[in-house]
Amino acid sequence: MATFDPNNPGRALSPGAALPPAAGGLPPSPEFLLADVTEATSEVGDELPPGAGPYELAWRRLKRNRVALAFGGLFILIVVMCLLAPLYSQYVAHIGPDTQNITGTVKVGGKVENIVSLIGIPIGPTWELGHYFLGADATGRDVSVRLLYGGRNSLEIGAVATLITTLLAMICGLLAGYFRGLTDGIISRTLDIIWAYPVLLLGITLSTVLEVRGLGPFHGTTLLSTALVVGFVYVPYVAKPIRAQVLALRDREFVDAARQQGLGPLRIMAGEILPNVASTIVVFVPLILANAILSEAALTYLGAGVQPPSPSWGTMISDGISTIPASFSNVLVPGIMLVLAVLSVNVFGDGLRDALDPRAKIRLGKE
Amino acid sequence: MARFVVRRLLVMAALLFAISLVTFLLFIVVLPNGNPAALLAGRLANPAQVHATEVRYGFDKPVWVQYIRTMANIFNGTAYSYQSSFNVLDEIRAGFPATLSLALGAGIIWLLSSIVVGTLAAVKAGRYTDRVLTVLSMIGVSMPVFFLGAVLIYFVGYKLALIPISGYVPLTQSPTQWLWHLAAPWFTLSVLFVGVYSRILRSTILDTMGEDFVRTAKAKGLSERQVLLRHILRNSLVPIISLWGLDLAQVIGGGAILTESVYNIHGIGYLAFSSVRTFDTVTLLSIVMLTALAVVLLGALTEIVYAFLDPRIRLV
Repeated sequence: MATFDPNNPGRALSPGAALPPAAGGLPPSPEFLLADVTEATSEVGDELPPGAGPYELAWRRLKRNRVALAFGGLFILIVVMCLLAPLYSQYVAHIGPDTQNITGTVKVGGKVENIVSLIGIPIGPTWELGHYFLGADATGRDVSVRLLYGGRNSLEIGAVATLITTLLAMICGLLAGYFRGLTDGIISRTLDIIWAYPVLLLGITLSTVLEVRGLGPFHGTTLLSTALVVGFVYVPYVAKPIRAQVLALRDREFVDAARQQGLGPLRIMAGEILPNVASTIVVFVPLILANAILSEAALTYLGAGVQPPSPSWGTMISDGISTIPASFSNVLVPGIMLVLAVLSVNVFGDGLRDALDPRAKIRLGKE
Repeated sequence: MARFVVRRLLVMAALLFAISLVTFLLFIVVLPNGNPAALLAGRLANPAQVHATEVRYGFDKPVWVQYIRTMANIFNGTAYSYQSSFNVLDEIRAGFPATLSLALGAGIIWLLSSIVVGTLAAVKAGRYTDRVLTVLSMIGVSMPVFFLGAVLIYFVGYKLALIPISGYVPLTQSPTQWLWHLAAPWFTLSVLFVGVYSRILRSTILDTMGEDFVRTAKAKGLSERQVLLRHILRNSLVPIISLWGLDLAQVIGGGAILTESVYNIHGIGYLAFSSVRTFDTVTLLSIVMLTALAVVLLGALTEIVYAFLDPRIRLV
């Protein structure tokens, strides 16, 4: 299937919001970045001591990008908040994420109100810490506590899925690109087959298979099995560019030199080729993370991901949607949180890509 | 050129075969633990009844015979779903107009919008307009489709009562209603793609602007607009169009699941989704396979068109 020239921007993408790397191909390997330093870009090159490496240059560029840093900080803030969920639950809200409380009452601003009114409408955000800060859902659970716990689950699934995708794609790309021939043929065709399925359908299918039958240690719909499904589905997207780059690097002189030194294929792949592909992989990580979080939410909304009552942003949104007229804040709150998290990852990833891409020189000239 | 086409078509055929095989194995063999007859015969079936079911559906035959029979059934249109006893092809055909209207309409909208947005952002690169458009694209890309749909349904449909909340009205029944009911789903589905495509187009245009032939065109004395329309866009649009074709294939084949389920449109995506939850393997198998076929077919076609336009590709 789509064996496009890697320098051609027209690469097949999934409809799942996958932002491609910078047009014109991947951020090339760091040797090209070195050319940048000698061409005296007045913005960043001046303060650097001679002999500064390409990553130093990229880091400086990144530090100048205030917006990207701000959003990166926002993401870290969200992560920290979610990690502190147990503390919040215990000391601030005094209620767990699964504690239902349909018939209870709560004191809001002096008045005593039903948590879930007599016709089933749960209380909206009270904006009072300690009493259903962001309101309650249809069964009386505290939305803010569930939001933080759900964030833990969603972010964890996203992180594990990203890890799985990155590792698998790295291995596949390296093996296919280095050994070529039959290995390359098998791996590439397998990736093409996986990529031919619509992302969401494949995710639902695999997730159902795992739920019904299991595969080794992955049974049912645990967080790990969801992460595995989400991670697996995006492997072709990352592996193909890596493979393309490895193919190009393989014929370079330094690989030849390493081979003549007597290094075995494993050491060459790990020691010579991998560091050069690293910048490509680094650029992909935020992209895949954003996509993984969104995919987990989509899978869960369709019922194939995390199962209730386990909280996750996806389950919260889907619960909220089923009770839309009653209390829309139940949809709005987890949704906005999800959008903020994914947005911050995306913006930071964009900034990262701009920092690593020497062709940013052209774009800087326009600003 | 002919050799390239033949090679591509052979690879495509092999890929299609592999996809059908993999899907079949995944569903028929792996999913029900290898014995779907037990599931079908019901919970209180004794072994004789299970065996009768096996014979009736052909499960006792070897796997490859089952495969051939299922494929023949699917392509002849005689495949019946295990769960609901409906003809699978009929069901798909029933859901097809809805999904087609949704996907094609949204596709045209998002293509035109992203061309406009991308070009605008590229022409005004670095200035206020560009930044605003970039921010909007970023938000559009970060928003889950069902969340956007829910927000639209609530604020515009429920509170302001400007659009109908759900359902699909066939074109033949009433064109105005058809448009009315599809407006919000089209918008929801497009937002995501506009975000992606406009950024790609913007980068492509910016990169093309630095090329030699653009400099030559300007030196010849062409105005900015002429250079833009005649030279830059013609080059930059090519990747977008190919991407559009592939994405459209995926959306038609069931990638619009989220939009269809939020807006309660009974199209193919909806069908696929409900067949997963009820473990209706035959329907899901057909849909997944047909979609994968469409994607591979379109991919091969796109590559052939590319090879026709750009001779360098033929060497790959």
